[in-house]
Amino acid sequence: MNINLTIIGQAIAFFIFVVFCMKYVWPPITAALAERKKKIAEGLDAADRAERDLQLAQEKATENMRKGKEEAAAIIEQANKRANQIVEEAKEKAVEEAGRVKAAATAELEQEVNQAREALRGQVATLALSGAEKILEASIDEKAHAQLVEKLAAEL
Amino acid sequence: MASEGGTLTSSEYISHHLTNLTFGKLSEGTTRYDGSVVGEGGTWTFAHGTEAADMGFWAINVDTMGWSIVLGVLFLWLFSKVAKTATSGVPGSTQNFVETIIEFVDENVKGIFHHKNPMIAPLSLTIFVWIFLMNTMDLIPVDWIPFIASEMGISYMKVVPTTDVNATAGMALSVFALIIYYSIKQKGLGGFLAELSFQPLGKWMLPFNLFLELVGLLAKPISLALRLFGNMYAGEMIFILIALLPFWAQWVLSVPWAIFHILVITLQAFIFMVLTIVYMAMAYDHH
Repeated sequence: MNINLTIIGQAIAFFIFVVFCMKYVWPPITAALAERKKKIAEGLDAADRAERDLQLAQEKATENMRKGKEEAAAIIEQANKRANQIVEEAKEKAVEEAGRVKAAATAELEQEVNQAREALRGQVATLALSGAEKILEASIDEKAHAQLVEKLAAEL
Repeated sequence: MASEGGTLTSSEYISHHLTNLTFGKLSEGTTRYDGSVVGEGGTWTFAHGTEAADMGFWAINVDTMGWSIVLGVLFLWLFSKVAKTATSGVPGSTQNFVETIIEFVDENVKGIFHHKNPMIAPLSLTIFVWIFLMNTMDLIPVDWIPFIASEMGISYMKVVPTTDVNATAGMALSVFALIIYYSIKQKGLGGFLAELSFQPLGKWMLPFNLFLELVGLLAKPISLALRLFGNMYAGEMIFILIALLPFWAQWVLSVPWAIFHILVITLQAFIFMVLTIVYMAMAYDHH
């Protein structure tokens, strides 16, 4: 246990090691540590923000879905209404058409009846005339009696 | 145990293991271990036996210097390798390990030293890791390296630098120099001297104050050096004593002692570091 030059040698070695450590070891590693700390903080921040964004997006999505459902319901209702309306209209049109067809048919029928009556009337007049001719056996002046016969026929 | 032909007695064995490999100058007329007398002008040589004491101050403990420098370089090599490739991304296992130590030291420094000084943290890191590595040499079985050395023709080899008071005192004195330097830098020479003279009892008790404060100041490096030295020397001594037992019985004591010593070596490195930080903080603080 002799105190000798070693004590100074150790002090010099110690000094050199400390200086080396101070220049080349401590700063880069602590810088890396600080940077990682910053990165982690940023990452956590980003995660927080993302979570908030996600929540917002979810809320928005729910809102959109609700709106969409409402719209769809409105469209369906409208469509139902429109369909009913179309059916009603079609019914009305059909009834109208039927009325019109019926009216036309009635008119035609009447016309035909009238025609038939006219024809019949003419024939009746001729028939009556020929009958009266036969009954009278005499030659009747057709011109003189035609007026009479026509009157008769019109009365039929 | 029988590193020199098996003829050593126990006390010779112990003292052999506690002798440094010292290189120094033997002065003229000194009788050497083999009976020869050193000639004119003295001679530079490795000490043998008790010759180291004759060499006085102008000698150097080659084993202490060698091992401490090897371990210091090992520490700086590992840490600077990590520092060069340090990434702020996902760290590798070595970087993780180094970062753990650095954060541990940084936390201690930040907890104790509240001023701005870019040197304190690297200083603490160097002290902690270097002393830890030097202390760890204690866990290598006491005969291994001295045996290899003696096979290579080196007669003495003390592998734990911190069991040499020169090593611990060298570091403690460096710390002491830093204490003085920063005290004067922070407070001015006048302020530093005033702090030594006018406390704790006022200026009318100046000599008493000065005596008290100087003792307190000098106690710092001495306690730093001797605490570490004493602990490691005692630990090494126990290992050497255990090594005197028959080889089949040694593990009964050496294993528990080694396991306990893991705590001691870490604790001593930690204490040296923390006290250094505390002393530096005191140098900065105004009282």
